[in-house]
Amino acid sequence: MTSPAIVARDVAKLYRRFAHRHQFRTLKSALLSGSLISDLRPGETFTALDEVSFDVPAGSTLGVIGENGSGKSTLLKLVAGITKPSRGNLTVEGRVSALIELGAGFHPEISGRENVMINGIMLGLTRREVETRFDEIVTFAELEEFIDAPVKTYSSGMYMRLGFAVAIHVEPDVLLIDEVLAVGDEAFTRKCLDKISEFHRRGKTILFVTHSLGLVESLCDDVLWLRHGKIAARGDPKRVVDAYLTYVAGGEDARLRAEQEAAEMPLPDGTRAVDLSTGEYQRGRWGNRDIEITAVRVLDGRGQERRVFAPGEAVTFVLSVKATRPIDDFVFALGLFRADGVYIFGTNTDLEGFEPRRLAGAGEVRLLFEDLRLIEGTYLLDVAVHRSDGTPYDHHRGLHPFQVKSRVRDQGLYRPAHQWTFEGGIEVDAPAPRSELQLGEEPTD
Amino acid sequence: MIGEIKTLFRYRALIQSLVSRELKARYRGSVLGFLWSFINPLLLLLTYTLVFTIILRVPQTERMSPYYLFFFCGLLPWTWFSASLAESAGVLIAGGNLIKKVLFPAEVLPTVTVFANLIHFVLATPILLAFLAYEGRISWSLVFLPIPVFVQLVLTLGCALFLSALTVHFRDMGNILGHILQLWFFATPILYDVEILKGTIRQLMRFNPVGHIIISYQQIFLFGYFDHWRGLAAALVAGVVAFAIGAFVFDRLRDTLSEEV
Repeated sequence: MTSPAIVARDVAKLYRRFAHRHQFRTLKSALLSGSLISDLRPGETFTALDEVSFDVPAGSTLGVIGENGSGKSTLLKLVAGITKPSRGNLTVEGRVSALIELGAGFHPEISGRENVMINGIMLGLTRREVETRFDEIVTFAELEEFIDAPVKTYSSGMYMRLGFAVAIHVEPDVLLIDEVLAVGDEAFTRKCLDKISEFHRRGKTILFVTHSLGLVESLCDDVLWLRHGKIAARGDPKRVVDAYLTYVAGGEDARLRAEQEAAEMPLPDGTRAVDLSTGEYQRGRWGNRDIEITAVRVLDGRGQERRVFAPGEAVTFVLSVKATRPIDDFVFALGLFRADGVYIFGTNTDLEGFEPRRLAGAGEVRLLFEDLRLIEGTYLLDVAVHRSDGTPYDHHRGLHPFQVKSRVRDQGLYRPAHQWTFEGGIEVDAPAPRSELQLGEEPTD
Repeated sequence: MIGEIKTLFRYRALIQSLVSRELKARYRGSVLGFLWSFINPLLLLLTYTLVFTIILRVPQTERMSPYYLFFFCGLLPWTWFSASLAESAGVLIAGGNLIKKVLFPAEVLPTVTVFANLIHFVLATPILLAFLAYEGRISWSLVFLPIPVFVQLVLTLGCALFLSALTVHFRDMGNILGHILQLWFFATPILYDVEILKGTIRQLMRFNPVGHIIISYQQIFLFGYFDHWRGLAAALVAGVVAFAIGAFVFDRLRDTLSEEV
């Protein structure tokens, strides 16, 4: 392991909660205190980062993930040196370039050419260095025709492209990227990613803040997950990402449960709470609850509850049901929907020929998919128990999300088992052998 | 203070490009473009001439004639001083995006306003020289010109650093400043000759560093000699003190700038 490029020790950052209310009482206090934060009572500060310690070895790529407001951007600004930690130490070796806001500092009235010059100098290049890289920058930004036009005439995509091109050509030792890859079209994003990979190959250190978990998995050696200003997990990308997804899905679950409770209004004679006539997929719950679905669990092949799966894994859906009185007419149904409402698969015990005899008290229904080959995405589960004429006892629509993650970015709805074969004059390099994702282990802190 | 000078020196290339951008951007899009650098002082001259020779008659002495040249000598450097201060008060807030998103020393921004206004001053000087030549008043004393320019640069930079950092925290500063500058303008011997002041007022005038600088310009441009050494030295001391205070305040507030703007 090489020496660390970034070392953070117990770094904390507090912000004043009221930006413009409690100003300094006097000019003297403003000048003498210097550190404004220390005078404030705890109630007046907001802890954006709380005692965070980590190292980033030189030449590695660290992804930083977390929900909005978890302190990711604050961390990046601290590493960039734009703000100082309130407590703790942070050292960074080498020249830093921060892609926090692309084209910050462009002046709208003057030409792209002059802005490139100034932006480059602002990011730490000399005039000569900018001149030697100028053509490369313009070619990269694909703005050859427009470089002499004032920047105010640029589209936002052109603006971002130029900003990215300048920042990436600064040749930093440490590159900081904050969610800036949503710039322009697919092709340009691809180019940016290639450039970042090239940086990585050349042994530069990269700190990468993003919400795009796929990118984190494909680009990063290591992932840091921040939650409420603290490190929730650090380590191998896929494990941390999965832990994060599980956590987010849990939060989603809590939200859905709240929604569901709100929807639990008295529904006489099984009136539908959701209007299905529009054909629109809406989440909800309805039914007269003579039989109630009290819990829905999603289990993996080892019988453990999970919300993230790899394609082709065994998945078992478990419905816990309870009847208020003995009932002899019941059908269990299950449907899989994509998050956008596309219906993938549905079946029920009636269609498959099971004859209901009697349901009394509590019970459990399990449906096993030995080999659930879905592509990557978020899926919603529909579960229902109803009479054979369709009158619902309890129907949960879209209340139980789960996720499939895959290394392969294949498309469509469904991923049949398949195999490529090449014959004759075709030569290809086989992809590096990779095991499918191993999910379900707890992340190590 | 030494640290501040070093920082500014290290970032001279950036300051230079930002100044030239400032100058280019200012007139970009206007029909007359760069000519405005010459037209502005001319119009200023015209306005003041109208007001103070036709509408209001300022008591004039022999030294003050021709009057329009007399006050033009003071007005040009004053414009540099007051415009620098007025602009630097808001410059960190206007450039907030830069301070928050790009790592670079914030003192570059007020420095750029001071230098951009210096360039305007330098560009307007030939007009003054042309009028002086027309009146036959060009003299050897012009060789002293760089001295008051330097003193004024130090003083203006100091005030600009102080004001820019403080305005971020005390936004009221921007409003007060206009009135302070107005008062300061009349308290400075620009429209009148310092010699016509008597007694206490004359004594008080010695504490106005800008006054000493303006008197130096009047001697150098119009009177054809320069002997205001002591006054200008006092102004230089004031300038160095202002710069030291400005640098200190700026440094003290630096870490909070990116959070407050």
